[in-house]
This record gives sequence, C-alpha cells and structure tokens, in this order.
Amino acid sequence: MIPAIKIEQVHKSFGALHALQGIDLSIAQGEFFALLGPNGAGKSTLINLLAGLLRPTSGTLSVLGHDVMTDSRNSRRLLGVVPQELVFDPFFNVREMLRFQAGYFGFGRENDAWIDEVIEGLGLTDKAHTNMRALSGGMKRRALIAQALVHKPPVVVLDEPTAGVDVELRQMLWEFIKKLNREGHTIILTTHYLEEAETLCSRVAMLKQGKIVALDSTENLLNRYPGKHLRLKLEPSRLPESLRPLLRGEESGFHTLALNEAAQLEGVLAELRNAGIRVEDLQLIEADLEDVFVQIVGNRA
Amino acid sequence: MTGVYTLFKKEILRFWKVSFQTVLAPVITALLYLLIFSHVLEKHVQVYPGVSYTAFLIPGLVMMSLLQNAFANSSSSLIQSKVMGNIVFLLLTPLSYWELFIAFLAASIIRGLVVGGCVYVVALFYVDLPMAHPLAILAFALLGSAMLGALGIVAGIWADKFDQLAAFQNFIIMPLSFLSGVFYSIHSLPPFWQKVSHLNPFFYMIDGFRYGFFGQADISPTISLTVVAISFLALSWLTLRMLKNGYKLRG
Repeated sequence: MIPAIKIEQVHKSFGALHALQGIDLSIAQGEFFALLGPNGAGKSTLINLLAGLLRPTSGTLSVLGHDVMTDSRNSRRLLGVVPQELVFDPFFNVREMLRFQAGYFGFGRENDAWIDEVIEGLGLTDKAHTNMRALSGGMKRRALIAQALVHKPPVVVLDEPTAGVDVELRQMLWEFIKKLNREGHTIILTTHYLEEAETLCSRVAMLKQGKIVALDSTENLLNRYPGKHLRLKLEPSRLPESLRPLLRGEESGFHTLALNEAAQLEGVLAELRNAGIRVEDLQLIEADLEDVFVQIVGNRA
Repeated sequence: MTGVYTLFKKEILRFWKVSFQTVLAPVITALLYLLIFSHVLEKHVQVYPGVSYTAFLIPGLVMMSLLQNAFANSSSSLIQSKVMGNIVFLLLTPLSYWELFIAFLAASIIRGLVVGGCVYVVALFYVDLPMAHPLAILAFALLGSAMLGALGIVAGIWADKFDQLAAFQNFIIMPLSFLSGVFYSIHSLPPFWQKVSHLNPFFYMIDGFRYGFFGQADISPTISLTVVAISFLALSWLTLRMLKNGYKLRG
C-alpha cells in the first residue's frame, strides 16, 4: 500500500541554520502518528514542507505517492493542514470562509452538506454566521480545523491543535479527531501534551535539533525504558545516602525514586529498614511517554 | 475553474463589503480634484480647441482613480493576508500560480472599472463629455486596470509591512499618476520634461484614454496602446515569475 506520507533524506536550511538534517519517515495510511520534540526541533518546518509552504533544500516528500514539489496539485488536494497560529480572514463569517476554502479546492455547492457536517461536528453551528474576528480563541481553533477538512483530505496534519485550548475543548477536539481516524483519515499531529500522544497515537517520532532521535510504536517506546517510579512517604522523612542516586524528585512529603526494574524494590526497602526509616505509604508507577521523552531528548545531547 | 472563480469572487466581496472605503472614498476624492482644479483653471487653460478644461480633466481623473484603485485592490488584499497570516489558506490549496494571478488580476480590474465608472457617471452631472471612440476607452480602461492590478500583486508580494506598501504607493504610484498628464497636456511642459513624460507608462494610458473621448491626443493612440500593452505584458511576466518561484510566499 502506498504510504500516506513518505519523507526521504529531507534537509532544510535557513541561511546558516540547518533546521532539518536528513529526515526519513514513512507513515502508513490510517495511522495516528505523533511528532514530538522541544521547541525549535523542526516539527513545524517538517509540516510546512509537507504542505508546500516551504521548499526542501534537498530530499523528497510525498503525500499518497504524489510528490509535494513536482505534483503539488494532487498532493495538496490529499492533505488538510491545521496551522499552529490562530490565523483568520477578518472579512468573512465562518460559513462563508469554509465555502471559499472548499471552492479553492474545486468544490461547489454540492459540498455544502459536508461543510454543515464539519460545522456541526466541531460545535460551530451557533457561530456559522459569526464573523471570524468576533470568535473566541477556542472557536477560532475549531474553525481552523474545519477549514482544513472542507475538501475531505485523506491525510490530516495538525500542528499543535490543542495549544492554548481549555480542557473541555481539548477533550472534544480529540474525540473529533479520533472519529476522523476511525473513518479512515491518516492523522499526523504535533503536540506538547505527551499524555495525549501516549493515549491517542499508535506511533511516535521524536525530533531533536532537526533529526529523528526515536521512531517507534508508542508501546515499544514505553517498553524501551521499562523504568518504574517508586513514590515513598517516609517517617522520618529523609532518604538514606545510599538511595540518593535513585532520587528523581521530592514533593509534598513524597520521595520519587527511579527504578529500572521491580526487583530493585526489595533492595530499597532493605536499605530503609537498615536506616531505621519506616515506610508510611508506597506507590509504584509505570513510566510514561514523558519519561521516555526526557530520556531521549534530554540525555542524548 | 471553480478554484479561480472562488478566489475571484472572494476578492470582489472583500472590497465590496467595505465599499464605503474602497469605492465611495476614492470617488469623493476624484470629485474634490474636479471641483477645485476646474474652478481654478477653467477660465485659464484650454488644451484642445473646443474642449473645456473641465471636460479635459475628467478622463484624466477617471483614469487616475481607476489605476489607483486597481493597484489598491490586489496590493492591499495580499499585504493584509500576509500580515494576518491567512495567506496560508491560499498557499495550501492546489491553485496554481497562474490561477492566483488571474483571480487577483480580474478582481483588480473590476475594482478599477467600478471606481472609474462611478467617477465618470458623477462627472457627467458637471459637463457634457463626448465619446469619440468607445472601444479605445474600453481598451485603455481594461489594460490600465490590468497593468496596475499586476503591479499591485508585485507590490503586495514584495512588501512585508504596511509601511513598505505605503512607500510603494507614495513614491511610485502617486508621482507616476500625477506626472502623467492627468491635469495638463504634456505639450505645455518644457521639452526636457516632455521627454521625461514619455518614459512614464501612465502617460500613455491617460493620453490614449482621453483620445477615446475627444478623438484628439498628445501622441498617436496606436503608439499609446502598444506601449500600454507591452508594459502590461512585461509586468505580467514579472508577476507570474514571482508567483511561480514563490518569492516571499514559499520559503
């Protein structure tokens, strides 16, 4: 099957800044894919290259087999992009704007039913006749997503879709995007909320300084650092010197220790007993994507 | 064709929704020029035999309004969407560079014709205006607004900020239109300045346009039409090249 996205040896320089340094990435149709990385890692640059807003210095990118440079007419039809910034056209209301956007892709009035569906799906029905200028930030975000979907693109790219969005709307957006994915759309997103990537995405690429430093299924990534966190409430509340190297953090009376495997637990408890420290409370927590992220992005300098 | 037509329609609606500022305001400005200049000069200046100064002035004002507004339409739309950031919604679409060109250009022509037409209609209340060669009027109106529409695309793409666009308007469009013979015949100028005027493409647009009304002009209308057509083609070539290369639009 043709991959939804294929990126080969892509480099992008802005003057002296080598923003992307040889990216190779293939995303299958129907995947829910996350692109993670700290600010400035090159996530948005990569998305803008896919969207044709930027041109690669070298390398090729394609959407469902259509090269974004040589066959942009088709690659752009197949791609829906939600930009990161809340940009909008101040002259028109939501429905007008969506109709125009669909029109640019060659759709006429026959597409109005789909536009209504998108408007309803994103909870914009009440705002359909409101000027874009008058929308709140959250509503603008919804309108942006609607705008990326008017031409029914099989591949949808969302650049930080939940940045600056309140919890309720975030949940609603994720439900909507999950539904799109179930209906067969390939979803690619960048996010800062790692727990979202963890619960939603089947595969993750981590970017750092223009390179992919990890690319695997979410599950494998989580297993790659099979660490566990041990949260302890101690009486007296102090940690023996011998356990200091394991300490990850201290908050509200709890010491958090990082363990590589559960078997270490016994040794820790023995140390505590020897030091005459009593364990008042204990929790063992699985590592999450954030830990993996910190491990990979933080430590491989 | 749906794509081009949609963008064209959007560009028309964009100025029509604020027509107070995009149509009425320039018409009022042109009428002020008409009132003041005709009041001051009507008794003192006669350019063509049998043609009053007010009558002489009107085609110039119509053309000047048409040119300035054709320029304003494409340039302000582009700079605004660049500054606001919503230009991405166009760049994400499969619209090709020539489709963008045609849509922006056609909307500019319409804006130019609407404003120029309004100035003309209102001016008819002041003075009787002959119409010797309607086809010439139409040809120069179309070519003039098309040329300035293309120039507006160039300026809108080139400028990164509103003040750069204002500079383009104040240092290029305004001097070229004021020094083109809107208010005078270039035959009244010293020989050196007559020669300089011949380098100004706006001069040919206004002279040819005026020929359409009075059947007389400073130079041959064929030459004017040729110069204007070549200028338009050259500018279109430049505009298409910029759009194709993604100059300042796609990094």
